[in-house]
Amino acid sequence: MSALFILIGISMVLAGSFLIAFIWSVIKGQYDDDYTPSVRMLFDDKKESSTTKTN
Amino acid sequence: MLANTLKDKHSCFHCGEPCITDVVVNEKHFCCTGCSQVFLLLNENNLCTYYDLDKTPGLTAKGKFVSERFAYLDDVSVIDKLVSFRSDEQVNILFRLPQMHCASCIYLLENLHKINEAVIKSQVHFEKKELFVSYNPSGISLRKLVELLAFIGYEPAISLEDDAAITKNKFNKGRVIELGVAGFCFSNIMMLSFPEYFSGGDIEPGLKQTFTWVIFALSLPVIFFSARSIFISAWKGLRQGIVNIDAPIALASVITFGRSYYEIISGTGAGYLDSGAGIIFFMLIGRWFQSKTYDALSFDRQYKSYFPLGVTVLKNSKEENIPVTKLKVGDTIVVRNEEMIPADAVLLEGKANIDYSFVTGEHKPVEKKLNDVLFAGGKQMGGRIQLLVQKEPSQSYITQLWNNDIFTSETSSLKHSKESFIHPWSRYFTIVLFSIAAITGIYWSINAPEKTWYAVTAVLIVACPCSLLLSATFSFGSMQRIFGKNKLYLKNASVIESLAAIKQIVFDKTGTLTQRLAFKPGFVGTALNAEEEMQVYGATTQSSHILSKAISNSLLVNEKAATSYFKEFSGQGIDAVVNNTDIKIGSLAFLGQSESNENTMATSRVHVQINNQYKGYYEIPGNYRKGLHAMTHQLGHNGYGLHLLSGDNNAEEANMRSIFGKDATILFNQSPEQKLNYIKNCKESSGKVLMIGDGLNDAGALMQANCGIAVSDDAGRFSPACDAIIDGSMIPEMPKLLAYAKWGKKIVLAGFILSILYNFVGLSFAVQGKLSPLVAAILMPLSSISIVSLAGLLSGIVARRIGLSTKTDESHVFI
Repeated sequence: MSALFILIGISMVLAGSFLIAFIWSVIKGQYDDDYTPSVRMLFDDKKESSTTKTN
Repeated sequence: MLANTLKDKHSCFHCGEPCITDVVVNEKHFCCTGCSQVFLLLNENNLCTYYDLDKTPGLTAKGKFVSERFAYLDDVSVIDKLVSFRSDEQVNILFRLPQMHCASCIYLLENLHKINEAVIKSQVHFEKKELFVSYNPSGISLRKLVELLAFIGYEPAISLEDDAAITKNKFNKGRVIELGVAGFCFSNIMMLSFPEYFSGGDIEPGLKQTFTWVIFALSLPVIFFSARSIFISAWKGLRQGIVNIDAPIALASVITFGRSYYEIISGTGAGYLDSGAGIIFFMLIGRWFQSKTYDALSFDRQYKSYFPLGVTVLKNSKEENIPVTKLKVGDTIVVRNEEMIPADAVLLEGKANIDYSFVTGEHKPVEKKLNDVLFAGGKQMGGRIQLLVQKEPSQSYITQLWNNDIFTSETSSLKHSKESFIHPWSRYFTIVLFSIAAITGIYWSINAPEKTWYAVTAVLIVACPCSLLLSATFSFGSMQRIFGKNKLYLKNASVIESLAAIKQIVFDKTGTLTQRLAFKPGFVGTALNAEEEMQVYGATTQSSHILSKAISNSLLVNEKAATSYFKEFSGQGIDAVVNNTDIKIGSLAFLGQSESNENTMATSRVHVQINNQYKGYYEIPGNYRKGLHAMTHQLGHNGYGLHLLSGDNNAEEANMRSIFGKDATILFNQSPEQKLNYIKNCKESSGKVLMIGDGLNDAGALMQANCGIAVSDDAGRFSPACDAIIDGSMIPEMPKLLAYAKWGKKIVLAGFILSILYNFVGLSFAVQGKLSPLVAAILMPLSSISIVSLAGLLSGIVARRIGLSTKTDESHVFI
């Protein structure tokens, strides 16, 4: 049964690290905008390389 | 004979509007030079992907761009107020762009650096409709940047008010973290409690001890971190002598956690920490759910958001741009075409033709003479005028409306919470609960004193009013979501309760029952050439009739037409001589042809005859919204009292009478104050009032009513302070929306009855002093989860039965 003590410890550390990851991502603002990034990744810069312009 | 020339016209490559004056660039058709120039700019910078992502994504550029408008952005004090960071190399600023509507917008706005190299980075937050830009101030000024945005069609909504948006965002982050911590601790506590439940107490003592202490440790962040907002709110209420909704929850958590800690430390039991953490977790979810609002919409707009931010002042015969807040009495200001008058002022020079539609709802411009007083909020139509400021903007006639008590923030925030029907219920609930606890206490102190403490605390733990609150928050929360899908955006969930209690409905006319944007006449018949169009233009500009205005506005004629003769026959038409050509415009009967009553409320036809030759007619779509008749009929049938308050003159009285029926009150020529007072009286004499209106002239009435709904036809622009914003197209659906709000109470009640049943079972164990942790652990989460799912399920079913949509609309107009 003493294996359970170790397992509890491991599970707490594991779950705790997920919690920390969650809090970190909230603070970093990863949940601020859940729409724009999904559109942004679809844009490609195909024409940019061929002609470079300066204004 | 009559060919529909509209069909032959191209639609603009940029904005999709029909090309009345066709501008062709690169074999592409544009409706105006503005749109074609935006295209050229994008083309030059290789940004034409903009047009690939979405068809005709552009916003029409027609005559919107007046450069001088942004001159105040050169003022250093203004720049300091707007930007979030400023150094010599980099300036950061956050713009609100209400026009953002599709993927193309994101593409274009995030590629600003390709148009102007001084832009270092631009990033879009689509749902909030915000654009973050950092730029190099040596390469581009703030004014130039705003002008660039305005040029490509995204004019930022700039407000010099202090921005509360950033702090609000941080607050939400805190909430999410509190919720995350509570969820983490709750689920782990539940998992570690399983051995206790299922072993029947028969676990290895060492293991049991470990489980108990790990649970103990996990519960600490829940009560001291996640639940603090509940305690703070309860404490604030108590200090003001109010037992608010948080007080019983705070009490229940203190008792649950207190007793559990006592049991664990004294070694007498395992406590109820699983239930305690569960209560707090579900309460926090409920709150987060209810606090979800529409970020992109502004519900608390002040008059300042309507007024121009900058103004041109004449100083020593030199024009200078200053922010409107610096305007003083005695300054001479210059107001150009389409510009708004920022303060009450006297006309010094020029021909003033003022459109007060913004203030009164009346569209017909008023001509003013020299030395007349012009009131703030009017819009100059025509040439440039000079004015002498009489009052500061904050003291002007229109802004006095905001000095009324109803605009103080306290009263507006109390407007809903006072009426909530849950509050009296929760008070009874608390009283009943305390009596049961007292009776239990007395009973056990006589019969078995050692059980008293155990039984009393058990009663208080099992029967906290949380389930009642959960039922209300989740029902109203999911109803608010469904309202949103039907394009009625509520400021918060408590507005549903206000809507359900409505007895009287007051409508505004202009912009509410009529559409602002509907005036797009199309010509049917032999196509007019440029010369003929100019003649029509020359005749119609002379008339102030609403149909004439619609026609002359649709014709983009730059040259001046010489009108040598003009006569208007009221209700019939115009007879004029323009550029030596005889022209008649009006009804068929006026042109001497057979009479037929073809003017319906849906469309009006205006016929054109040039040199005694019939050319065809302009078809002008009716500006009334569709389905008004059915709506008023249904509302009357449902027992609502109907009222119409219009700032317009009574020209439309017959139409309005036919829509509203005999019993409705219909009043014309109402000033904003009269509207406000009418609502006040109506509230006192005939019950709760719903006001539906738009524009500044309704702002007082919207605020005064028990519930104010602002109507908006385009993405959240110009909606006054209100409780909800409705998309204009949904006005005819009002009966359904109101019926749905009425169902809200029943849905909450269903959840409440369910929770009473749970409480009944739980209490019967508790009063007997037999509430084991197992029973508590099963009953409490089960009751919470079943109430939450019942609320979601019922609100969906009811919405479908009433005929409201429960699916997300594809167009992202608002959200």
